[in-house]
Amino acid sequence: MTSSALALAGVLAAESGSGDGFEAPGLGEFYPEPLTEFSVFGVDFEITRITLGLWFATLAMIVFMVLTVRKPSIVPGKMQFIGESGYSLVRDGIARDVVGPRGLPFAPFLASLFFFILANNFMSILPLAQISPMSKFAFPLVLAVICWVLYIYIGIREQGVGKYFKDILFLPGVPKPMYILVTPIEILQNFIVRPFTLAVRLFANMFAGHMLLVVFSLGAVYLFQRDNFSVIFGPISALMAIVMTFFELLVIFLQAYVFTVLMGTYLNGSIEAEH
Amino acid sequence: MSILAAEEHNPLLPPLGEIIIGFIAFAVVMVVFFWFIAPRFEQVFRARREAIEGGIERAEAMQVEAKAALEQYRAQLAEARTEAAQIRDQARAEGQQILEELRTQAQDESARIVARGEEQLAASRQQVLNELRTHIGTLAVDLAGRVVGESLDDDARRRGTVDRFLDQLEGMADGRAGATVSEGSR
Repeated sequence: MTSSALALAGVLAAESGSGDGFEAPGLGEFYPEPLTEFSVFGVDFEITRITLGLWFATLAMIVFMVLTVRKPSIVPGKMQFIGESGYSLVRDGIARDVVGPRGLPFAPFLASLFFFILANNFMSILPLAQISPMSKFAFPLVLAVICWVLYIYIGIREQGVGKYFKDILFLPGVPKPMYILVTPIEILQNFIVRPFTLAVRLFANMFAGHMLLVVFSLGAVYLFQRDNFSVIFGPISALMAIVMTFFELLVIFLQAYVFTVLMGTYLNGSIEAEH
Repeated sequence: MSILAAEEHNPLLPPLGEIIIGFIAFAVVMVVFFWFIAPRFEQVFRARREAIEGGIERAEAMQVEAKAALEQYRAQLAEARTEAAQIRDQARAEGQQILEELRTQAQDESARIVARGEEQLAASRQQVLNELRTHIGTLAVDLAGRVVGESLDDDARRRGTVDRFLDQLEGMADGRAGATVSEGSR
């Protein structure tokens, strides 16, 4: 039984019970009971429905993208056109325009980032799944750490160790006394804040989005159960759940795009050496 | 109940297992993108760019060809025009020449006709003159015979006399027209 279903059962029970009120869904939403558990080299793996969601979204996305380029032709068919539009958005819109003229080699990485996040975000409104793996901090964190390592590595490779760290520690074009203020900020910014915000932004958006949807959906169910005037508010709650689903759709695309664009600007900073 | 269960978890401290699962999932995605999807898309983009560039090149080549053909036609047209002008000039000159020839021919013809006419005139005159001479001779002899009363039928003498007379007449006429020479000779 999923945690949402548990919460739903709780709400339904409240109706028959002595009216102990609406029990709002909490953090338990994100910790469904594991379907299976195992341990490899002392590391515990819990396979939950969210993990299945991650695998499903990832596989579906890979299969879709492979299908779009299975028979590539100069004049694209319907499938190829969809895949190509998405890939071009990242390749031209981010790798070429944001990262810069030398950004095209990063197009495959940025595209995998974008489509991986997009597919997993989409799980938050896909019926039956309805929770995004990205609302588990582990997954955005993995992506952010990979990005963090990559843009530092590219910075060192393109500018050399000395120049890369010197430019971060002592920002060019800043009056010397200001280094007292600027240097700690720059260090914090480049090595801690960037990856952390990258991960938290995505995680928090998907987390909050899921909470909103669950609260409004379960609230509607709860309000419809009560026989007093709260029946009036039931439809409002249900309507809000629908509206928030569309809003969630916007967030799904926006967060995937924002994550990728920000990574693009970080890569640009590493390649072009100008802050 | 579920809230209590959640109290054990900190959403910002994920378990290691989840991180590894996430890493594997993303690694798979990256592998597929780097090995299959991105190269295929790049291949399509390259093919498309080449097709477009090839089309442009073909169009340019055709344009150059068309321009060359146009130039050729223009040159041929100019050549034809020059040729036509030359032919026209030549024809005009020839016409002039023919006209000139005809004129000369006509002049010759007219001169010849005039000459023949004059010849005929002279011949007729001579004939008339001879006839007149005979007539006048006969008349004069008749007259003289009547006057003298003797027949001068003796041909030989008559002719001699008449001829002498006429020569005298001619001589007189010549002397009148000419000078004193004939008079002197008489």
